[in-house]
Amino acid sequence: MKIIHCPINGPRPLQEFRFGGELRTMPDPAAASDAEWADYVFNRRGEPGVKREWWCHVPSGTWFIAERDNRTDEFLRTFLHGAGRADG
Amino acid sequence: MDRRLPPRPGEWIDRGRSVEFRFEGRTYRGFAGDVLASALWASDVRLLGRSFKYHRPRGLYSLAGHDANVMVEDGRRTNLRGDLLPIVPGLDARSVNTAGGLERDRLRFMEWFGRFLPVGFYYKAFHTPRLLFPFYENNMRKIAGLGRINPANTPDDSPKDYAFCDLLVVGAGPAGLAAAIAAGESGLRVLLVDERPRPGGSLAWQTGDSANGPRLEGLLARVRACGNIELRCGTQAGGWYADHWIALFDDRRLTKLRARATLVAAGCFEQPAVFRNNDLPGVMLGSAAQRLIHLYAVKPFDRAVVLAANGDGYRVALDLHAAGVDVAAVADLRREGEPTELARQVAEAGIPVHHGHGVGAAIPGAGKKRIRGATLCPLDSAGNPRTDRAQRVECDGIAMSVGWTPNGGLISQAGGRFVYAENVEQLVPSILPKGVFAAGRANGVFDLDDRIADGTRAGLAAAAHLACTDSSTNGTPPAGPERIVHRGPPPSHPFPIFADKGKKNFVDLDEDLHLADFANAHQEGYDNVELLKRFTTVGMGPSQGKLSNVNAVRILARLNGASINDTGTTTSRPFHQPVSLELLAGRRFHPLRRTPIDPWHARMSAVMMHVGDWLRPEYYPREGRSRDVCIHDEAANVRRNVGLIDVGTLGKLRIDGPDAAAFLERIYTGRFGKQAVGSLRYGLACDETGVIIEDGIIARLADDRFYVSATTSGVAEFFREMQRWALIWGMDVRLSNSTGQLAAMNVAGPHSREALHELTQTDLSPEAFPYLGVREGTVAGAPAILLRVGFVGELGYEVHVPASYGLHVWQSLVGAGERFSIQPFGVEAQRLLRLEKGHLIVGQDTDALTTPDEADVAWAIGKGKPFFVGMRSLEIVRKRPLSRRLVGLTFANGTPLPEECHLIIAEGEIAGRITSIAPNSTLGHPIAMAFVRPDLAEPGTAVRIRLDDGTFSEGRVAKLPFYDPESARQR
Repeated sequence: MKIIHCPINGPRPLQEFRFGGELRTMPDPAAASDAEWADYVFNRRGEPGVKREWWCHVPSGTWFIAERDNRTDEFLRTFLHGAGRADG
Repeated sequence: MDRRLPPRPGEWIDRGRSVEFRFEGRTYRGFAGDVLASALWASDVRLLGRSFKYHRPRGLYSLAGHDANVMVEDGRRTNLRGDLLPIVPGLDARSVNTAGGLERDRLRFMEWFGRFLPVGFYYKAFHTPRLLFPFYENNMRKIAGLGRINPANTPDDSPKDYAFCDLLVVGAGPAGLAAAIAAGESGLRVLLVDERPRPGGSLAWQTGDSANGPRLEGLLARVRACGNIELRCGTQAGGWYADHWIALFDDRRLTKLRARATLVAAGCFEQPAVFRNNDLPGVMLGSAAQRLIHLYAVKPFDRAVVLAANGDGYRVALDLHAAGVDVAAVADLRREGEPTELARQVAEAGIPVHHGHGVGAAIPGAGKKRIRGATLCPLDSAGNPRTDRAQRVECDGIAMSVGWTPNGGLISQAGGRFVYAENVEQLVPSILPKGVFAAGRANGVFDLDDRIADGTRAGLAAAAHLACTDSSTNGTPPAGPERIVHRGPPPSHPFPIFADKGKKNFVDLDEDLHLADFANAHQEGYDNVELLKRFTTVGMGPSQGKLSNVNAVRILARLNGASINDTGTTTSRPFHQPVSLELLAGRRFHPLRRTPIDPWHARMSAVMMHVGDWLRPEYYPREGRSRDVCIHDEAANVRRNVGLIDVGTLGKLRIDGPDAAAFLERIYTGRFGKQAVGSLRYGLACDETGVIIEDGIIARLADDRFYVSATTSGVAEFFREMQRWALIWGMDVRLSNSTGQLAAMNVAGPHSREALHELTQTDLSPEAFPYLGVREGTVAGAPAILLRVGFVGELGYEVHVPASYGLHVWQSLVGAGERFSIQPFGVEAQRLLRLEKGHLIVGQDTDALTTPDEADVAWAIGKGKPFFVGMRSLEIVRKRPLSRRLVGLTFANGTPLPEECHLIIAEGEIAGRITSIAPNSTLGHPIAMAFVRPDLAEPGTAVRIRLDDGTFSEGRVAKLPFYDPESARQR
């Protein structure tokens, strides 16, 4: 079973976590066209590579961002939302 | 005849402890430490099993559990491996899959049909006529199969254990021992496992050199001296799962191991040669003969032929010779023979060696229950046996030493890759995932000194890897020495497979597949390894291809004219060896939540139902009344007098902080900014696609304090999403989920105010505490939040108190309400009451696509809001015509009634479906809610609903709510 490093609680087993989907930026709802909005709502980027994803450590209610390589299922880095902005 | 040899150093049997056991109804004796197969062979029993399909006689083959020839049942357990099953006093073993016993198996004639049963025969022959398939299947299952399950068997409790270590070393042979020592002495906590009952691996049986016993003792002494190595024998590493989570099995338990790194030194499986009758009792792997001699002190044969393609075969010949076996010949597949010292020793022993020869066939004795000879054939330049120049040699045994394949399942499971290396003519690990190491023969290293050196290298590499992982730099470890490259002739033969047209030359003994089956499959177009596997079923038997996959790939590669690397291999999946389900089965731990009122429900013998993780009273049964009557009566009492329901399972959230109102406006569709303190509003929430996901009550306790209810089964997920949005939006709110901390009950009905009145100081008058009001006060001495809600359509108060007060407050309400005929009501009565009011339940009356417009709750959307989750999507959806609407339906009494999810049919098309139905409403006729096409949504429209039996029911669209349309009663 996988181990995930929660930025608050450290390494914990996978079963304590919930996957929260890809990290996406909401377009300005007022400015986005219908097509742009539908793309934001429905489309996900599944191509192989390093993904930025939401994960939640359920027992503590900690949402955080993980960089995961979906080719190897390896978690490269986890950090709290906002903490990763400087370099990405 | 006793085939036991004189005592020898290192043997695994305890000659002081004789063990009596039964096999196929006859009594035998062996020694403690024997396995069933060794004890039987020692008693000169050679027929140990029947094959899966043809019921061919089979004997001892690998003596390592790598084949499935010897499978027995003991009355309690089945499909036990005779190779691995220790004999114990009282063991009463019978062979599986025979009709009338092993000796006189009535199904042995199946073999004669073999020529009519080419691979794929079943697929083709038994598909038509389809009606007869159950008949075919039934008979096939009687013929082909394994053990029977004893349904009377009661399983033992199988404990589950947990273990942790820095490094797991799999295999306690020379490489594994050396690796464990290197890693242990570097300070790692090492767990060293070996599936056999004693450590040593091949050192215990293979090399035959007198120096090897002390060498093994020396390694074991260093293991024992190192305080941080734990050695577990009789333990298989069954499977590798993510991040070094490894399932370890011993004979009585599953251990869930978490390691930080894994080192595979599990050696190799010896591979058989393919020739005619290569499956009969007496034909065995060279390693099996050596295990018999060295571990169990059993003389394998009287007169033997050794088929060799490596130095190991010469060692086998020498071991047989030393054990008193007359070695009639060594047939060496290699034209050039063995270049090492071993060749000289074999010659000195007077054993004739035939270079460039193979075994054309084993010659069966009576009933094929043992062999009586072998034909030796010179090989032509293409490597095919010249049967015309065959030379017959009398013998009762053939030992095969033609090659090896790595026991690398764990490496594959961890994501590692293997590549075919020509210097060893076999697969070797090419890519090892991070934290996975290989050593010894599993790593393509064969010389004993090299294996020990490779183990040390791998152990140190694991230590260096973990040291890097520990340090904050998290860099890559310095490159250590490279894997030792095998020198000398390859230990495996590239193609130890000899055609003997259409005859019984077995590639897979488990599945009774012979060489011709592969040619046939290839001709049918199954020229890819995965397709070939599925069509022929090669490798799909109980030993999972340990002895057949490599030969199958060699055959396919040759048929395709391709290299082994281009042909590829199939994936080895857990478990390494079969595992009893008993060891896997465990107790099911499922979270179960009970409300604080639960003891009272139990006293009332309430019928409980599961709602998510919760147990809730479905209804309270009464003597002599049916379920439906009880539910109806509970609901009627709410309408007439006053009822009390436990709603403690509702989600109870607190949203506090300066941005609380603004946050709720973004989460919910409604407006809360100007909501008065002390009032409630209905809250409807959508997801980003505009689909309804939640509803509840939003109570404003103060400018910056809200108390929010949410659905029982949806609250956990919804609350998590709230937390995420709060992060994304960076709002100044504090969110807490108080669901489990609070008890909640709803006292509802015309007399609810009077019932509650005497328990609280809060002014309950309609002027002071109107409908949709919220007050903080006390009830029966408990701090309480009181909410005037109307879910069931009557005057009512939800009372939320700390969980520890819950039972007390409930009982106080029951007491105070007694003179108003208060009765508890359950979930079913509540569902009926809310249906009468036309209140939807999210998830019951909505689905994964329902928008607020469809559910007729668009009134809950605040006009002109700048944003809420789902708003932009709803704008887009609203440009299109509505496809369905949620409406009420009424039915005349006596009409056959639909059930939830029955379809509404109009002009032969699906035009809607029933979402909720109440056959016994308090209105005197059946009612329902349903989605219908918008053109059918006008009140008064008749709709037809198709029932299970194809007949139709007719309902009439009605305006919602059915009950008290002005909602006068709840105000």
